Amino acid sequence: MRFRLNWHTVVALGLMLLSLFNLPFTATSGTALPLLILWFLVLAALGALAVPPRPALVASFGLLGHAAVLLLLRSLKGAEGTATLGFYAALAASWLLGWRLVTVLSGDGKRGSEGPGTFVSLLIPALFGFWILVLWEAIARGAGIPFVLLPPPSAIGHRIMGSLPILAADFHQTVLKAVLFGFVAGSLAGFVVALLADRYRFLAKGLLPIGNMVSALPIIGIAPIMVIWFGFDWPSKAAVVIVMTFFPMLVNTLEGLRAAGSMERDLMRTYAANHWQSLFKLRLPAAMPFVFNALKINSTLAMIGAIVAEFFGTPIVGMGFRISTEVGRMNLDMVWAEIALAAVVGSLFYGVLTLIERTITFWHPSYRR
Amino acid sequence: MNKLREPSLLFDRIFPVGVIVALLVIGWYAATFFLNAPYQRDLNARQGVSVTTSELVGQTMRQQKPTMPAPHQVASALWKATLGVPVTSKRSLVYHAWVTLSSTLLGFLFGTVLGVLIAVGITHIPALDRSFLPWIITSQTIPMLAVAPMIIVILAAVNITGLIPKALISTYLSFFPVAVGMVKGLRSPEAMHLDLMHSYDASTWQAFWKLRVPASVPFFFTSIKVAVAASLVGAIVGELPTGAVAGIGSKLLAGSYYSQTIDIWAALIAGSVVAMLLVALVDVAGRVTARVMGARPT
Repeated sequence: MRFRLNWHTVVALGLMLLSLFNLPFTATSGTALPLLILWFLVLAALGALAVPPRPALVASFGLLGHAAVLLLLRSLKGAEGTATLGFYAALAASWLLGWRLVTVLSGDGKRGSEGPGTFVSLLIPALFGFWILVLWEAIARGAGIPFVLLPPPSAIGHRIMGSLPILAADFHQTVLKAVLFGFVAGSLAGFVVALLADRYRFLAKGLLPIGNMVSALPIIGIAPIMVIWFGFDWPSKAAVVIVMTFFPMLVNTLEGLRAAGSMERDLMRTYAANHWQSLFKLRLPAAMPFVFNALKINSTLAMIGAIVAEFFGTPIVGMGFRISTEVGRMNLDMVWAEIALAAVVGSLFYGVLTLIERTITFWHPSYRR
Repeated sequence: MNKLREPSLLFDRIFPVGVIVALLVIGWYAATFFLNAPYQRDLNARQGVSVTTSELVGQTMRQQKPTMPAPHQVASALWKATLGVPVTSKRSLVYHAWVTLSSTLLGFLFGTVLGVLIAVGITHIPALDRSFLPWIITSQTIPMLAVAPMIIVILAAVNITGLIPKALISTYLSFFPVAVGMVKGLRSPEAMHLDLMHSYDASTWQAFWKLRVPASVPFFFTSIKVAVAASLVGAIVGELPTGAVAGIGSKLLAGSYYSQTIDIWAALIAGSVVAMLLVALVDVAGRVTARVMGARPT
């Protein structure tokens, strides 16, 4: 085994030295725990310097580095806001080692090598997300940032666990009623109108410029009008979602219907296919990538539309309602819990659409290996 | 198939769009009647007046707080709020539009710079590409617009008020299209061109400035067109919390509190005009740049 220097690890070692001269880490940590943490970090750094990076070596240096940072977070217990320079130096050192780990995992800048396997390609972004949470937690608690400004992730997680019934009720009101209905109705309407506009070119010529223009407009502004028309409950939110999702679907589907090549279309003509046959057998399948693109855009828009529309008046349940009232009461952990819920729902929504897209447009070049 | 015919501006653009717009206006008037009529009938019945249908139609077009204002009511409100009062007045929509526009532009600027920086980082650092890009996409499935008011309130608590908080929301919304578009643009040079740069012994830096940047310009303009529209939405939603006293968003909220439907519609149209101007401006800038750089007309 040989060693080769890389800047991440060298800087990390320097930071560890700095940290060693600035013990203890927090008011309650003493010196034993920091020394253990630093010992872990030094071992991890040695692993990070060794070449070639064998899987077992990389795994052990990754595990050591992350064990160190978890211990680091533990040293904050009961000593919020007393973190010293040594604490931050150790945090930065372990973060650099984490960066080194990701660099090694993603091939260390070598070109031409084949990409990492499925597990590693999932692990890399997962590590990034983990580090965002760790840095947030360490800085929020280490510097003692007031709770009303930025609650640490652990407190938010605690709040999520403690208020599952409320979150479930809000989810039911906002997502299952307003978002789903609006998303399905709006996308379907956009799709059907696009099919009609494709049949009657005049309609397309008139609608396409308008649709393009509307997609640049702040449609979310119709929320107060919809609340006046349809009342406080979920139909008004669904209406906002319908209007927001209609135009992206219309524009994208129309574009997709033009995506089939002229050669394939000529082939359909030589088969004497009529409009509907060539539509269903050739042009609609060819348009599917565009339709799914619109569905993905709409999944985000639908969540935004429903939540923002709830700011303008709502029954006393719903994610937007909860966010606006809990901000007023300075219960920031509850707000963040709702944000986390919205993020999870949004990502799942997007993920499910991606999965369906893969099964339907399996032929598309972007999925070829 | 009349594909080969030269498209004419009149018959392929103005006429179809005009017909659809006319249909929309007619539909709007019809909606005005049907949405306002129940309340008007109710009112007339209570006052004991009986009216003919044509009088009823007239009444539905003249309500003070209609469920659905008629187009001419909105138009006259717009006229009054833009040309009828001095531009500096708090009742002027031009003033409110300017407030929104300034934070839109600031946020758009931040967002564009941030997006370009992220894209440059992603194209040059593989670790960033693998670890960061998935999270950028995830970041947009978070309805951050929905928590915009909270961000405003938090920043107000640490004494950051005024333009910056609203601009930050615009930044969050606008960096994403720029980052994604620029990653695509900076990677758009073909392998052959990159190999040519390599054979010239060009450094990464030279290849970046002389090949990647020029290649990314069309992508840049396409993505900032989306970004500027998103910035405007961010600025408007950023004005929704009660702290804001000026701007299109605060006009919307005030209108919704006092059921001033005509005001809501006027503010909405003012916002739309601003959006269209911004997009048109970006479009023109893109065309001019393309021409200056010697792009072939398409």
